[in-house]
Order: sequence, then C-alpha cells, then structure tokens
Amino acid sequence: MTPVVLAAGDIPAPHLEYGRLAPILIVLGAASVGVLVEALAPRAQRYGLQVLVSAVGLVAAFAWTIALGLGDQPHHVAAMGAIGVDGPTLFIQGTILVLALMSMLLIAERTHEASPFTAQASTVPGSPEEREGLVAGLVQTEVFPLVLFAVGGMLIFPASNDLLTMFVALEVMSLPLYLLCGLARRRRLLSQEAAVKYFLLGAFSSAFFLYGTALLYGYAGSVRLSDIAAAISKQSGTEPLLLAGVALLSVGLLFKVGAAPFQAWKPDVYQGAPTAITALMASCTVVAAVGAILRVFYVGLETLRWDWRPMMWAVAILTMLTGAIVAITQTDVKRMLAYSSIAHGGFLLTGVIATNKAGLSGTLFYLAAYGFTTVGAFAVITMVRDAGGEAGHLSRWAGLGKRQPLVAGTFAFFLLAFAGIPLTSGFTGKFAVFQAAVAGGALPLVIVGVVSSAIAAFFYARVIVLMFFSEPAADGPSVVFSPTTATAVAVGAFVTLVLGVIPGPALHLAQSAANQLFVR
Amino acid sequence: MLTALIAIPAIGALLVALLPKGKDALAKRAALVVTLIVAVLTVVMALRFKADGPRFQFTEKYWWIKQFGVHYAVGVDGVALVLIVLSAILVPLVVLASWNDAERSGGVDNPPKRSVKTYFALLLSLEAMMIGVFAATDIFLFYVFFEAMLFPVYFIIGSYGGPQRSYAAVKFLLYSLFGGLLMLAAVIGLYVVSANAGHGTFLFDELRNLHIAPTTAKWLFLGFFIAFAIKAPLVPFHTWLPDAAGQAPTGAAVLIVGVLDKVGTFGMLRFCLELFPGAAKWFTPVVLTLSVVGIVYGAVLAIGQVDIKRLIAYTSISHFGFITLGIFAMTTQGQSGATLYMVNHGFSTGALFLLAGFMITRRGSARIDAYGGVQKVAPLLAGTFLVAGLSGLSLPGLSSFVSEFLVLVGTFTRYKVPAVIATVGIILAAVYILWMYQRTMNGPTAEAVKGMSDLSKRELIVIAPIIAIIVALGFYPKPVLDVINPSVKQTLVQVHQQDPKPTIAEKGSHQ
Repeated sequence: MTPVVLAAGDIPAPHLEYGRLAPILIVLGAASVGVLVEALAPRAQRYGLQVLVSAVGLVAAFAWTIALGLGDQPHHVAAMGAIGVDGPTLFIQGTILVLALMSMLLIAERTHEASPFTAQASTVPGSPEEREGLVAGLVQTEVFPLVLFAVGGMLIFPASNDLLTMFVALEVMSLPLYLLCGLARRRRLLSQEAAVKYFLLGAFSSAFFLYGTALLYGYAGSVRLSDIAAAISKQSGTEPLLLAGVALLSVGLLFKVGAAPFQAWKPDVYQGAPTAITALMASCTVVAAVGAILRVFYVGLETLRWDWRPMMWAVAILTMLTGAIVAITQTDVKRMLAYSSIAHGGFLLTGVIATNKAGLSGTLFYLAAYGFTTVGAFAVITMVRDAGGEAGHLSRWAGLGKRQPLVAGTFAFFLLAFAGIPLTSGFTGKFAVFQAAVAGGALPLVIVGVVSSAIAAFFYARVIVLMFFSEPAADGPSVVFSPTTATAVAVGAFVTLVLGVIPGPALHLAQSAANQLFVR
Repeated sequence: MLTALIAIPAIGALLVALLPKGKDALAKRAALVVTLIVAVLTVVMALRFKADGPRFQFTEKYWWIKQFGVHYAVGVDGVALVLIVLSAILVPLVVLASWNDAERSGGVDNPPKRSVKTYFALLLSLEAMMIGVFAATDIFLFYVFFEAMLFPVYFIIGSYGGPQRSYAAVKFLLYSLFGGLLMLAAVIGLYVVSANAGHGTFLFDELRNLHIAPTTAKWLFLGFFIAFAIKAPLVPFHTWLPDAAGQAPTGAAVLIVGVLDKVGTFGMLRFCLELFPGAAKWFTPVVLTLSVVGIVYGAVLAIGQVDIKRLIAYTSISHFGFITLGIFAMTTQGQSGATLYMVNHGFSTGALFLLAGFMITRRGSARIDAYGGVQKVAPLLAGTFLVAGLSGLSLPGLSSFVSEFLVLVGTFTRYKVPAVIATVGIILAAVYILWMYQRTMNGPTAEAVKGMSDLSKRELIVIAPIIAIIVALGFYPKPVLDVINPSVKQTLVQVHQQDPKPTIAEKGSHQ
C-alpha cells in the first residue's frame, strides 16, 4: 500500500496478490496461449485447440471467482491498490465470465457451412474462392484469443480502483471488439462500417475518459478513486476542475453503456457486427460498463452525489425514452434489440441513481438477468436464416410462429422478458431497480421508466404479432439448428424463467454481494 | 385448496400443450375434464365457506421472494369467492361452447386452421390466472396474475379471432399493459411506504392498516384506479373492449367480458377502497361522474351498433358503469349490489355472447341486418337469447334486476342525482336489447337464415345451466348476498363510511 516512489534507478517490484487476481490472469493467460496456438499449431487443429483453450480458460476463471466469493468476505484491494476485489466486483466478474462462455457457444458455432466469421477480407460468401479457402483450411480462429482479451479487459474494467487502470482496461476491452465487429462473413460492408464507426466513436469516448481522468488528477492529485473521494469530502466540491472532470469521465463511461445522448453507435454496430459478437457486446460489455459506472459513482464520487444525480437523472430519462421510442420505427431485428438495449441501459441507470444498497443489488441482479436474456435472444437471431444469411429484416420473421413454434415461442418469451412481464427475469430485475429508485427518492424517474416500458412493450408486441398472427411468407427463412447455439438458447430461456419464477437465491446472492459494498 | 384450484388448470394447460399433434379430440376432452374438476372443487369450497367466519378463508401463506418481502398468499373473502365460482362455472361451459371454434377460427373470413390444443391450453392457463388473481391476498402476487393474464387472452384473440384480430389483440394488450405498468409504479410506491413505516410488505392484511400520507395516497390510488378503470373498462378507457370482444372468438369474449373485466371492479372494491380510503372518498365525485357517463354513453352507443358482438360489448360498458357506481356509492346496498351485479353480469352477458356466437357461427356474419326472423327457424336459440337479453335489461325475476335495483337504491340514499340519471340506463337497456331482438329474431325470416338449425345438444348443455342460474338468482339471490355482505361491510368499515340514515333501511346494515 505504500505509494510508489520513483527514485532514480530504484523501482520496487510491485506486490501482486496472484490468488486474488487469478480470474483476470487466467483469462489473459488463456488469451496469450491462444495467440501461441495461432502461431504454432497446424491449421487443421487450431479450431479445436482454440475452443478448448477458451473454454478451459473461462471455466477456470469462473471457478476461481466462485472460490474467491466463497472464501472469507472478499473485501480487498490488490495489485498495489489498482484492483478492487470485493463482493459486487466478483458478482460482476462472475456474470461476465458466464455470459462470455455462453457467447463463446455462438462464436464457436461451425455446423452451418462455415463459421460466422470471414476468413479473408476479400472473399465473397458462398463463392468458389471461399470454398477453396475453406478446403485449404483458411479459417479465422483469431477470434478466440481476441474475445478472451476483450473479456480480460471487461474483468478489469469494473474492478479497477484507479482511473488509469480503468482506462487501460477500457482499451484492452475495446480494441479487440473493434476488430471483431469487422469480421462478419456476410454483409461485409455493413460489418466494416460498424467496425469503423465503433472504433472512431470509441476512440473519442476514450479520449473523453482520459481527459476527465487528467482533470480529476489535477483536482485531487491522484487517480485513485478513494483519494478522489477523500479530496471531494475535504473541499466543498464545486471546483470547476472537479465538475468538468466528472462530466468528461461520465461521457466516456456512458458511451460504453450506450446511454443517450451517446447511443448513436449502438444500432449500427449491433447490426453490422457478427451476431455472436453482438451478443457478447450486448451482454458482457454492458455488464462491465455498468460495473465500472457503479464503482466510479459509488466509490469515487459518492460524496458528490448531489451534484451528479441531476445529470444522471437527465441521462437516464433521455436514454429510456430514446431507446423505447426510436425502437418503434425499426425494421431490423438486431437494430430493434440495439434500441431495446439502450432502453435497458436507462433502466439500469435508475438503479445506479438510487445510490443505496438496494440499488446496487438490484442493478447487479438486473445485469445478470438481462445478460442471459440478451445472449439467448441473439442466439435465436443467428438461427433464423435464409439464402443471404441471417434473416435480419423483421418482415422475414412473419409467420415464424406457425412454421417453428418452438423457436418463435422462445424468442417471444425473450421479448416478454425484455418487456418486463411478470414471471420472467426481466420483471424481477425491473422491479428490483425501480423499487430501489423509489426508495431512493427517484419516483418521477420510475414513472418515466414505467411509461417507457409501456412504449417498449408496443414494439415487442409487434414482433410477436408478426411471428404468430401473420401468415408466413412463401419463401420465408428456415431455422438452422446447431447444438451449440441451441444450448445457448436453452440456457438463456431457462435462466430467464428461473430468475422470473424463483428469483430468491439469485437475489440473495446479489444482495450479499452488494452488502459488502465496493472496497475503497 | 386455492392453490389446487390454481395449479390444476395450470398443469392441465401444460399437459394439453404437450400433447402430440393430431390429438385434437383428446385435447378437448382433457380440457373439459380439467375444467369440470376445477368447477366441482370450487363449488365444494364455496359450500364450505362460512359466511359468518373470518373474512379471509382457505388462506395459505408462504414466502416467495423474501428479498422483496413477497409472499405467495392466497385466501378468499365473500366477494372473491363468488367471482371465483363465476369463473369456475363459466370456463367449462366456454370450453364446451368452443368445441369446434378453433378449427374454424375467425369464422367470418375463414383464416387457415389453427392449432386446437393451443387454444385449449391457453384457455386453461387463463383459468388458472383468473382464479389466482381473485385469490391473491398479496398485492405483488395479484399484480403478477393481473399482468400474466393478459397473454393467454392476447394470443387467443390474435390467433383465433375475427378479421381484425391482430389490431384488436395489440390494442387490448397495450391498453392493459399501460394500466398494469402504472399499477406497478403504485405497487412499488406502496411497498416503499410500508418499508418506510418500518416493515416492507405486500400483504393486503398488513397494508390495510398502513397509514399513508393523504397526498401519497391519492397518487397511489390513481395508479391502481387507472389500471382497474382500463380493465373494467370505465369510460373514457373503454375503447379497447368493443374491439377485443368483437374480434375475440366467442368463448374468449365470454371470459373477457364476463370475468376478466371483473378483475377491474374487484380491484377497485378490494384495493382502491380499502387501501386508500381517504383518497377513494376524495375521488368519489369523479368516479361517480365517469360511471354515470359510462352508463348512458355505453347504452347509447350500444343502440347504434350494427355488429352483435360489439353491441353486447357496449352494453357491458353501460353495466360496468352501474357496478362502479355501486362500489363508489359506499353504502352496503350499493356495494353488495355491485358485487352481485358482477356475478349476474358474468352469467347474463356470458349467455348473450355464447348465443350470439352460436348464431354467428351458423350464419357466418356478425351484422345485425344479416338476420331476421330467426325465431321461426330456431325457436330454442331465440328463446334463450330473449331470456339472456331480458336479464341484461334487468327484467324483474331475472338475476340482474336484483343487483341493479340494489345499486340504484344504494346510490340514491347518498347520491340522488347520479342515481336518477343512471335510471335512464335501464330504459336505454330495454331499447338496445329489444330492438336487437326484434331485428334479428322477429319479422319475416331472412333468406340466408332459412336453413339455420336450432341449438344442438352440446349447445343446449352449455346454455341451460346459465339460464337456470339467471332465473334462480333472480328469485332467490340470498345465498350469494349472504356471502357477499360480510365482506362488503368490512370494506365500509375500512373506508369509515356508514350508511346514511335510512330512507330505505336494510335490516342489519350499519347504522
């Protein structure tokens, strides 16, 4: 805990608690092994090896996270105060790892002619050249280490106890995602456009984050969240440096959640990216980003909450309404879910604004519940295909309920969960955050939330109408089953149901995680 | 007991849904058997209910989500009991009445064949939720049933309804969902109030005794009331009902108007009044005005309808006006009458819908002017239709008369002007029912109606019990009133309302 003093030629080796950092290290280690596999293993074996390495890495990291959670009340700072290991963080990290594992099921999907990722930037999907390439074994197995690096970044992001570590984590998490977005096998242009948009806007937001960090350093003389909190409580806290720093930092964080007015990238990126990657972003990235927001606002800026709450109120209201209203006009399934994800970002922010224990645990629960439903929903989207790949346009989904009642029924169930209908996890989550928000004095926010839920219900209902009450088109899409995708759908649906009907244990877990609060 | 009543149809729904394809006949029989078991059990429960016993009977209480303070708590008072009995009796009849509906769903424009077992599975799940919603004594649980109930109905209307089914289904869903979400905000608010008072709970019994600041209470009241007013439906929240009931297949229309809408009026009586007595009194003038407007407006619109099912839907809007009038008159007679009206309306409107459905299936059109002189070719159909219709217009000797009379008397003792205006509704009721009867049943037999067959044996089995109940309750409503009265008195004690000094006093009423 002693401050690092940079005396000339005398840099003391940092003290690292390997045991407490193990989940992060395992994932990053697996990613490095993946890179080695890519370099050394023969082409034919790469895919199998990569899947194995990723799966083992994620499972081991998850198991270690559980072990940490079960051990003595986790409430430590590790790595010289750079990383916090505490209840909420472990909950978030565990959630990220499970969701990443589920997304991995989609990423590893192979049964349908080829991987959803392009092998070479220039090949046309379904062309003889591509087939030749496939025969020659040209497959993009780099996606696995890339995903692992991203997941590693996501694990550090909500755990970072100082803003610099957080920034590094942000970049580790984002850079692989920018790449992954551009790798779709079909609709290459859309995919590349998504990658470029995401990269440019992401770079902007990173710059905002860094600038905010710099200003806060100027104010507090430290990038440690606890030092910033201490500095704020010492002074009366209306310094322009502080407020500007907080504002810029928030821009960077809210961008990652996709909160309005920083939501513009989301529909484009979600639509263009390979659906498996969209699932990863919509679940894990959101969890990590909200986790980071929780840490920054609950630890670093807690004492300043009377200043940031009005701002967050505005952002949350804007986010919920934008997401719900704009989604109505969407005609593409993935874009629609992107806007729905924006709206959900707003609901999550109501939990953050509550700034009480119930808000923390409610947000944690919401994150887990929402993540599972999201991965499941995107998994269904990858299954519904026609000649040009996934049938993205909503009109193609007409009458799916008659042709494939089970698939359409599951998707309808996910939509109902997004809409927050009782007996689904979405309802429990919404109830948890809204209740916390009302208890935290944010009743108007909850009313806006309820109204935007009603608006959102309209477009979820529209999709259900389309699937069940419209006549199927003659050349409608077919449903491609693959065991991995089906597993992801099944797990998603099962968790959505269980967290809706008997949410007690999960709520208890979230509560006991939240009870330990963030370490400072 | 209550849990069994909820679980049996729920499990039945699951089993029917899981039947292999092509076993339609088995699905129908299974559905009928399940609903009959539920009906028998319900009647047994009703017989064991002690009118002079504690208010809530057959209670069960377990933790459900401890973190939120949510219980799985069920129990019935008199009001809930009679409504559960109503549902449990109507559902098997509806199952029997819709025996062949799923195959030729849509009727008028003959859409392609739909899954039969899904239809019956949805009906069964709806029954489970209807019983659950009346039995729940935990507000969270009530809310869960209240919302979940929408989806079977939504899918039934959307998949099996008339030509405009998808529009009607979405309209129904959005209206109800909007109301439901407002109620959710109020439910959360109520919980937070109770948590601030030291003990967060959703249990009705505990919330009853909660002291809520008047302003908060008014807002919470509004949250609940709007949800119930949409459900009931009260003018101006009524526009979904004619569409939903007009497009729904007959069986579902019976349940929507006969039972589902009662959840709204039941909720007003149980939750709005008892949880927020002060606010309820504050809002009474508004509610009474809306009720009276609804009575007259619904009746006038009913007269103008050309579609039989829409006409019946509008008559219901008028009748719901009477029910809310009775509830908010806050007299024993008014509220007992209103509760009795809920039951009677369920049966008589249910019968009207069923018979109209039978007729529409034969002729293939819901338009009144497509008929004429049905009486001559199908005397049984016409006769039972007349009895159901006369009950709808509250002819003495038929069940609705008793309840309408009680409502008007109960209202008159406190609010004279609304009662007087509401009486106009009775006259208008005679116009819309008899005029419809005249146009469809009397006169020269229309060409298209000539070959119409009379009620089949199956249809007679459906309609006979309802007619019997209508007549029986018309002459001897005492058993039902005996069950209702104690609950209603409790409600009035809670709202600190005493019956006004008698101009017409009922023996044993609160003085």
